[in-house]
Amino acid sequence: MKILVPVKRVVDYNVRITVQADGSGVQTQNVKMSMNPFDEIALEEAIRLKEKQIATEVVIVTIGGEVAQDILRTGLAMGADRAIHIVHDSEIPPLHAAKLLKVIAETEKPHLIITGKQAIDDDANQTGQMLAALLGFPQATFASHLEVVENSAVVTREVDGGHVTVKLALPAVVTTDLRLNEPRFTSLPNIMKARTKPITKYLASEMNVDLTSRLKIVKVEEPKKRKGGIKVKDVAELVDKLRNEAKVI
Amino acid sequence: MSILVIASHDNKVLAKSTLQVVSAASLIGGDIHLLLAGSPLASLAEEASHSEGVSKILVADDAIYQHQLPENLALLVASLASTYTHILTAADSVGKDFLPRVAALLDVTQISEIIEVLSPDSFKRTIYAGNAIETVVSQEPIKIMTVRSIAFAAAGKGAGKASIEAISALPAFTQSEFISSEAVSRDRVELTGANIVVSGGRGLGSKEQFVLIEKLAKKLGAAIGASRAAVDAGYVANDMQVGQTGKIVAPSLYIAIGISGAIQHLAGMKDSKVIVAINKDENAPIFSIADYGLVGDLFQIVPELIEML
Repeated sequence: MKILVPVKRVVDYNVRITVQADGSGVQTQNVKMSMNPFDEIALEEAIRLKEKQIATEVVIVTIGGEVAQDILRTGLAMGADRAIHIVHDSEIPPLHAAKLLKVIAETEKPHLIITGKQAIDDDANQTGQMLAALLGFPQATFASHLEVVENSAVVTREVDGGHVTVKLALPAVVTTDLRLNEPRFTSLPNIMKARTKPITKYLASEMNVDLTSRLKIVKVEEPKKRKGGIKVKDVAELVDKLRNEAKVI
Repeated sequence: MSILVIASHDNKVLAKSTLQVVSAASLIGGDIHLLLAGSPLASLAEEASHSEGVSKILVADDAIYQHQLPENLALLVASLASTYTHILTAADSVGKDFLPRVAALLDVTQISEIIEVLSPDSFKRTIYAGNAIETVVSQEPIKIMTVRSIAFAAAGKGAGKASIEAISALPAFTQSEFISSEAVSRDRVELTGANIVVSGGRGLGSKEQFVLIEKLAKKLGAAIGASRAAVDAGYVANDMQVGQTGKIVAPSLYIAIGISGAIQHLAGMKDSKVIVAINKDENAPIFSIADYGLVGDLFQIVPELIEML
């Protein structure tokens, strides 16, 4: 069984982002970048399936400029067998990402595609679902548990108010929630080993996908700052303020 | 303009979020139709038909829609799309699941979780866990969008009554199957619609001690929330997580206990009307957005608070 794991390079989740003063976007130059945390969980799950000898090959794929190679090397060091780099320099919406990934999926013919539920930069939460729709595959989003049973995936999903379990005939797309697993750290020997693993390159512009965007981002601004209030000295004062000043209890 | 809103429901009750999405649709302007897909829908259509601003209810009552499987919902919505300029649904776990499938089937770029309607083709949404807000203009023939429901007031009851039209189900998508669902103990108040939320963080120290939060919540009739740190530490289930990757809440009163105030948590609660923070670290970032801060040991403060309420 082959697993394809689409991953995205994003501003590291520990970085406090800066909105450019001219409203053109968020500062992404000279800040630490890493693999989208939800995608890391997706890759971890794929590697575990390989370690359980359910999967035979784990292939990671990303879309981005030359620099995006760094997260592919990270993924290879975690344990992916090989990587695919769709080279494209500008930001594209999830629909276009899904179309490019569809081209790869049609060539690679994975039995399972696992990716993060959303990227922590645009917070769109669309790519996995769109890819599933374009391929005509079933999907399970927000997975907290995944089991491959014969030719199907049994997935427990985190939904509002509880959990839902669905069974998908493979091939299928699964998107990951936080609870699925805790990704491993990469060890130095594995980082060294990853250097010799293959990365296949494609040029997005040569993949017969129309990349003209029909969605324009016209402004990026900072949210309104909430002002801090006062410190109260004790519980009695707090209760008094909530009752008589804020009138919320 | 003609707008299709896909309703959120549990086959019995219409979710409040649907009325909030209807009110977002009213801001766009135009004829608003509401799609109810589920089974058995019984009185739901009748209830929904009194929503202000809605002129028609489309009802797809069929077993294949009972569990809101995204593959079937997406095929249904995509088949109805051609007569609409906008398709909206709440950014809940159902809406986030099926709507991107609709967008892909129609070859349309989706706009996720809008928080403001500027014009029929221009909207605001948050990115980077709420740390930036982008304004987008869509040139798509159909605007397909999920709506962050708490950003809009709920539509009320209308004077008139919408017409109700039954529509037939499409052939079922057979590669996915519902197995089971498990509701998290619901003697609790639902987090997203709650008037008061009491949240606990890593400061609680253990799953056992998190009971303190539950006691306070019970006293206040509040919903219980948690920071990602508390969820990661295993104190509570993930569906109680407040934050960009969890639930986004905006209650009248939010009480953060033992929560330092990581950016991702603040993104999920900073629109609350009144914020109270209780934390032993006086430099915790949570105090910078709290209306009332109380520095001290939560294990002394919270029992005292329960006593005084």
